[in-house]
Amino acid sequence: MSAASSTVSTIAQDTPQLDRARKIEGPWRGAIARLVRNRLAVASAIFIVVIALMAIILPEVMPVKYDTQDYNAVTQGPSRAHLMGTDNLGRDIFVRLVYGARISLTVGLVVQAVIVLIGVPIGLVSGYIGGKLDTLIMRIVDVLYAMPNLLFVILIMTWLRGTFSSDPGGIAGALAWVDSRTGGLFGVYIGLGMISWLTVARIVRANAMSLKEKEFIEAARSLGVPHRQVMFRHVLPNTMAVVVVAATLGIPGAILYEAGLSFLGLGVIPPASSWGLMISEAIPNMRTHPYMLISPAVVLSLTVLAFNFLGDGLRDALDPWMKR
Amino acid sequence: MNRGPYIIRRVLMLIPTLLAIYTLTFFLIHATPGSPWSQGDKPVPPRVLERLNAAYGLDKPLWHQYFDYLKNVLLHGDFGPSFSQRSRSVSDIIGATFPVSLKLGVLAMIIALVLGLTLGTIGAIKHNGFLDYLTSFVAITGISTPSYVICSLLVLLFASTLHLVPTGGWDGIFSTKAIIPAVALALYPAAVLTRYMRSSMLDVLSADYVRTARAKGLNDHAVIIRHAIRNALLPVLTISGVILADVITGSFFVESIYSVPGLGRYFVESISKRDYPVILGTVLLFGAVVSVMNLIVDILYPLLDPRMTRT
Repeated sequence: MSAASSTVSTIAQDTPQLDRARKIEGPWRGAIARLVRNRLAVASAIFIVVIALMAIILPEVMPVKYDTQDYNAVTQGPSRAHLMGTDNLGRDIFVRLVYGARISLTVGLVVQAVIVLIGVPIGLVSGYIGGKLDTLIMRIVDVLYAMPNLLFVILIMTWLRGTFSSDPGGIAGALAWVDSRTGGLFGVYIGLGMISWLTVARIVRANAMSLKEKEFIEAARSLGVPHRQVMFRHVLPNTMAVVVVAATLGIPGAILYEAGLSFLGLGVIPPASSWGLMISEAIPNMRTHPYMLISPAVVLSLTVLAFNFLGDGLRDALDPWMKR
Repeated sequence: MNRGPYIIRRVLMLIPTLLAIYTLTFFLIHATPGSPWSQGDKPVPPRVLERLNAAYGLDKPLWHQYFDYLKNVLLHGDFGPSFSQRSRSVSDIIGATFPVSLKLGVLAMIIALVLGLTLGTIGAIKHNGFLDYLTSFVAITGISTPSYVICSLLVLLFASTLHLVPTGGWDGIFSTKAIIPAVALALYPAAVLTRYMRSSMLDVLSADYVRTARAKGLNDHAVIIRHAIRNALLPVLTISGVILADVITGSFFVESIYSVPGLGRYFVESISKRDYPVILGTVLLFGAVVSVMNLIVDILYPLLDPRMTRT
């Protein structure tokens, strides 16, 4: 109830000023106000920011790197020198977790960027233009939906990685450089992006189809605004809320996929660090050194949990009318 | 209302779908550099390489291989010989390992349904109460924890520490060895089902006919069991088909940790070994599982819910 009344008051404050920028900001500001009232979402956002800051700053200032080995402290439990202990190669688990956070957060964001770049234009065109084009696009989407996801990602990834390493010159060489800079994850970004844009495209399409029938679109059309402008100026901004929610809720999935691939030995290339790789390295030692398994597992779950809570909170905040 | 043509059209759609999956996979694996024969430490002599390629038809033009394989699959149901295990055919491998993955998946799905439907119903009945928050919390934790983490934690706790069950292996679904992999595999779908069941139950509980049932003096028990759950199950059962396909095709983390001889492990191996027939066979099989499950859901939905006409 209070959420609804705050929307009303925001609109009431904004309406007298016909300042365009403010009007566009209106619903978003209301949404932020609602989000801030959701304690779980705020706590999750803070957790994510803290992890992100650690991932960005700590590797630049820490004297120890992800592959630095301390031969005097192999498989040691948590201590003052090694906050979370060391693994079977004498590498500091905390340090490796921090580097792993870089990988996980980057995967989450880059994959969502790929998804939005592919899914939004396709969904928008398909839903707004409709007709034969729409039918064709949706058939393709249906077929791709039937691809077994994980298998497909692995195939695309292996293909990209093989192509980079076999041809050192030109574009492939440049991409190989990007690949090695990202710990061998370029293929994961593209592979995950290529299978995950389907859902976003469907959501945007459905949204565009219903918006197309709205009066303000009709008004814009009858004023002579060309279709392309209607699509980008009027339909697109009104689907952004749905896209933001879908992208946020897609981040945990991407993080789990990367961890899973690294767990199978198909993700980051050792000695680079990834939470999934740390978990798989810990499993042979888990009976004697359970702490090696616990810390990456807990950090991975908490991060995924935080993105899920934040996404749920965003959905509730951006969609007050649909909220139960 | 005659739904025959719709069902026939949906079944016929399987053909282009599987053909597209085959085509994509075929060209993807052949575009990937590397050869099935250059796997050992020693390079294979060129003459041997030539013979091998000729024996397995890899010296023919690509489109030739594409149609040859397709013809074998369609006319003879033959998915070819495995390149890495020379004495076995892909059909042998799938025949020996897929039933294991299937049984494990179905067992996990049963556990997930029991857990998910119960927890979801409890959550909805105690809406916004302590039990609701507790079940929601358990559900979202289940969604956020990958199966390989759950599996290894279960092994650590129940097998290595408490010695209640073995630490790995497979003896069929009626052995204690099936407990850990099935539970580990079940938790994620159970969590998803809990959330679906909860929101579906909440929808139903606020419906008019439930109010009517209460108004005519039925007790809570009768209202929930006879009126609410039956209708709340509809959307949940339809999503179950898709979830089951996910569980069957996604079991290889658990299989590799618990040494279950399922199909998943072969797939990962076959990719690095460039074992083309095994890759194609597995992808086609999993693609068929996913699309048949989608098909069953689409066909069943209007039958279960007469309000739903075809779109």
